[in-house]
Amino acid sequence: MASLKDLRGRINSVKNTRKITQAMKMVAAAKLRRAQAQAEAARPYAERMEAILASLGAAVASTPGAPPMLVGTGEDRVHLLVVVTADRGLAGGFNTNVGRLARARIRALEAEGKVVKVLTVGRKGAAYLRRDFASRIVGEITFMGKKRVEFSDAEAVAVRVTEMLEEGEFDVCSLLYNRFRSVISQIPTDQRLIPAPLPEGQVTAPAAAGPQAQYEYEPAEETILATLLPRNLAIQIYRAVLESTAGFYGSQMTAMDNATRNAGDMINRLTLNYNRTRQANITKELIEIISGAEAV
Amino acid sequence: MATFLLELVSPERLLLSRQVEMATIPAAEGEMGVLPGHAPMIVTLRGGVIRVRENGAETERLFVGGGFAEVSPERVTVLADEATPLANLSRAEAERRIAEAEAALREVTAADTETRRDAALERVLSARAMLDAAQAA
Repeated sequence: MASLKDLRGRINSVKNTRKITQAMKMVAAAKLRRAQAQAEAARPYAERMEAILASLGAAVASTPGAPPMLVGTGEDRVHLLVVVTADRGLAGGFNTNVGRLARARIRALEAEGKVVKVLTVGRKGAAYLRRDFASRIVGEITFMGKKRVEFSDAEAVAVRVTEMLEEGEFDVCSLLYNRFRSVISQIPTDQRLIPAPLPEGQVTAPAAAGPQAQYEYEPAEETILATLLPRNLAIQIYRAVLESTAGFYGSQMTAMDNATRNAGDMINRLTLNYNRTRQANITKELIEIISGAEAV
Repeated sequence: MATFLLELVSPERLLLSRQVEMATIPAAEGEMGVLPGHAPMIVTLRGGVIRVRENGAETERLFVGGGFAEVSPERVTVLADEATPLANLSRAEAERRIAEAEAALREVTAADTETRRDAALERVLSARAMLDAAQAA
């Protein structure tokens, strides 16, 4: 049986913990709102970009000599996985979920006899994957210490991927990140980047298809595509990072909310325990006094 | 006067979305004035200034650092790498960028691919256009 002093100490310590988790929840909620706004602001660009790419890509994809960023290298041997996680923890299963997805993917690909390379974005993913797959990690990128991730940060990642593609270091590139569905639900997602997935239907029915106007290009299609594709890559990564950031704060908020509630429950239980112990002590003392008086 | 929908988006936000009479955009192969009913086109942009005309007067001038534009008879979508209203441009920032871009250009050697050399040159030109725009403002 714990003494009264011990119990008091524990109650105080849990109360302090609750204060911290509550504060973290508030902070996460505020940051979530900002991250969500940023992710929303990026959406129009990504949507327009997709539309242009769809009309342009379908026309060029079927021609020989199409850029590898669009159609791939024609092989399927070396896979590059870009794993996006957060830089911090204390967010429930947020980082672990992506990490687990990445691990399953790596295992599956290697079982098929493919070579896997991993580029991690975010500190936690690197730490998680280093344990089992240190030899596959070709690069680690973090945005630690940045208040908000800017497009140029995502672009730097894209440039890195582009360079690797030019050097022929991989054939297929996928992006693994937490898609933000709602504050309480983030879905670990596996999205292919290279070769660029064209919208269904566009591929089978190229340029001639119906109402879509025939565009004039200035400069030529190939030249536009050569600048458009790296940009598209950057925007996809940017979007993933933003969604991941928003998801992280959502997840952290939920986790901290749970922690706060658990701390509250614990305080209740401890307080009950404390009061019972105190009551028992008093009763015991009374019995001692009474039986002492009777004996006299 | 007839109008068309002009949309200007940068990766970080939607800057402009409204009906205008005319837009002048800095296409890679020369300034291009777009009026309603323009033939459908997709063009790349170089660093330069987008001018917007509404109600017979020039209402908006924005610097774009490059990007793409999709033109169709009833709308124009500009995907800018970055876009800043001319009034917010700073000359110091432009000069810093020129210095940075020129340093990057010097580092590019003949051994590099042509596309990379072009990209470096493009950056210098874009930064210079930014300085011009800042001075004009």
